Amino acid sequence: MDKFRMMFQFLQSNQESFMNGICGIMALASAQMYSAFEFSCPCMPEYNYTYGIGLLIVPPLWFFMLGFVLNNNVSVLAEEWKRPTGKRRKDPSILRYMFCSITQRSLIAPAVWVSVTLMDGKSFLCAFSINLDIDRFGNYSFIREMSETDKMKLLAKIPCKDLFEHQEIRVAASRYIKCISQACGWIFLLMMTFTAFLIRAIRPCFTQAAFLKTKYWSHYVDIERKMFDETCKEHAKSFAKICIQQYFENISGEMRSLHHHRRSYKNDSDDDDDEDKKRSDEDKLLGIRAQDDMNKVLWNWHTSKPALALRKEQMDGENNGRLNGEANGTINGFAKGHTHDVGKKEWAVYYSKV
Amino acid sequence: MERLKLVLQYFQSNSESISNGICIILALVSVKLYTSFDFNCPCLPEYNKLYSLGVMFIPPIILFFLGVLVNRHTGIMMDEWMRPIGNRSKNPAVVKYLFSAMMQRALLAPLVWILVTLLDGKIFICAFSASVDPALFSGLPNNTDLNVIKIMSKVACKEDVIFKNSSFRKAVSRYVRCYSQAVGWSILLFLIVLGALGRLIKPCFDEHASFLQIRYWSNYLDVEQKLFDETCVLHARDFAQKCVVQFFEDMREDTVLHLPHPPFISHYQEDWQDGEAERLHGITKQEQVDQLLNKWYFSKPELDVTRIGHRPRTCVTWEDHKGKTLYSDV
Repeated sequence: MDKFRMMFQFLQSNQESFMNGICGIMALASAQMYSAFEFSCPCMPEYNYTYGIGLLIVPPLWFFMLGFVLNNNVSVLAEEWKRPTGKRRKDPSILRYMFCSITQRSLIAPAVWVSVTLMDGKSFLCAFSINLDIDRFGNYSFIREMSETDKMKLLAKIPCKDLFEHQEIRVAASRYIKCISQACGWIFLLMMTFTAFLIRAIRPCFTQAAFLKTKYWSHYVDIERKMFDETCKEHAKSFAKICIQQYFENISGEMRSLHHHRRSYKNDSDDDDDEDKKRSDEDKLLGIRAQDDMNKVLWNWHTSKPALALRKEQMDGENNGRLNGEANGTINGFAKGHTHDVGKKEWAVYYSKV
Repeated sequence: MERLKLVLQYFQSNSESISNGICIILALVSVKLYTSFDFNCPCLPEYNKLYSLGVMFIPPIILFFLGVLVNRHTGIMMDEWMRPIGNRSKNPAVVKYLFSAMMQRALLAPLVWILVTLLDGKIFICAFSASVDPALFSGLPNNTDLNVIKIMSKVACKEDVIFKNSSFRKAVSRYVRCYSQAVGWSILLFLIVLGALGRLIKPCFDEHASFLQIRYWSNYLDVEQKLFDETCVLHARDFAQKCVVQFFEDMREDTVLHLPHPPFISHYQEDWQDGEAERLHGITKQEQVDQLLNKWYFSKPELDVTRIGHRPRTCVTWEDHKGKTLYSDV
């Protein structure tokens, strides 16, 4: 249990290695599913080909789509694709990068299924036994004398051990088709590996600088979404807490609430724990205190994302702001927990640098 | 549990040992793949050789490509080879060292496959049983109407009916397997002798001092790449955090009186913004990040970090009566 938890923690620490872990699990699941699946060829001329080739192609498609479903980045990709441009430019290379990385990971489990199926040979045997040329395996006159439909019916029974009497033909034919199937499997694996090699090892020759950029911004999009969710959660918690607090305070009387608010916005040094906690909750509200405001925040997040440019004065000037705030803000700003509906105004900020 | 953690930590600490670990895992995968592969000789004269030699040589090619793909040094080598010169000179010896290290590791799994097939012998039997002279053995089945070549091709197929109650098939199999194992052991001996000679003779040709330098700088490139990726990840996280909070506060401007920050706001900001501002290293715009990443590729910085240790600070200077410069801390 402990080992399992450690592996889980190691994989989760890095988002990419987590996705690689899911990828590997799906590949193993694919191989396991094949071995657990009971292949039963219908041994009839009309259905052999459909069954054999269907089993080669349909499960890989299913695994491919499952790979898309399990990948978290698909929703990030879709969001980034559909968002309005707003203040932030849209970069199609980021979308391409995310799509490529999702597709690459989703292709592994289907590739495993196809190669395991081809190496095993049963599906090829089922699909192509009708097209065999029996003369290759020996001199079997009784087959040549049969009519076409009878011959096809006989050949179609080759994959089924218990339905076909002539063991040597069955064994020889199985071997032959299985050979071809395995050859196809190895060539398929070779092609996939060679393509992956070209993409991974040769790509740095071409677009390395642009690649670094798109990798950074794709990762950023994912992280920003998580940060936004976390900030929203914290905000909602504080919002709810203060809402309920105010409701109880309102019930217990106007005078008490007035007393509380006047106390909390003075800069008392000997505040008790309640005041400290309330102040930190007020902090977390970040000034959003009404339903309409919150709705506007959420709406604007989708329709008009902010530009990717952090304001320098917020970081340099915060010390200045604090001093100013202590002088001005307490007096004009808030009373009884309500904010005045004043429009945006210019104000004079005087800097007292130490 | 502790042991497993220690082992994992040891492997992770050194990038070379990770590469070695992956190399060995790939070799084990190669052996497992061989044992789980159902070798199916066609037992037909036209196809025996083709199938056998295909199974002997195509999987090693696949394993070689896989070995190159999963090796971290491949990316580092390609980056170092293709990068423009910029502020940092290029040392072709480093690229050569990385290339040879990568090749050596990538060649292990294919060699393991080939050796295992030779020592096992099935493939040789399938490929070369038709070339054996049946006169060397007694008991050639003569009750079928197949010619000699076709009979010999079926030696690899145990369950074929023409070999029932006959020791002919077993004799031929043993004979061919002997050859196969001899070839396998010879190749193994040759490779080991080659490796030993290489190790012994190399110091005569290469300067050990320059070898130490090359190895150091190869490892440095690897570590630098990792650290750059990590720094980018941390930077993206801080960037995202600031961006989101700033967005919230921008919304607030529309409906709430925006005074210079009242105490409860600035108390909240002050605690975590100091550390964050430092981690952003002054990169706060998209264009700056793009420029940074572009510059990282086109003109890598020179390998000189003395400036970080002795960074000049803003201060007031004046001279005292002796003419010596005095500094004040701001």
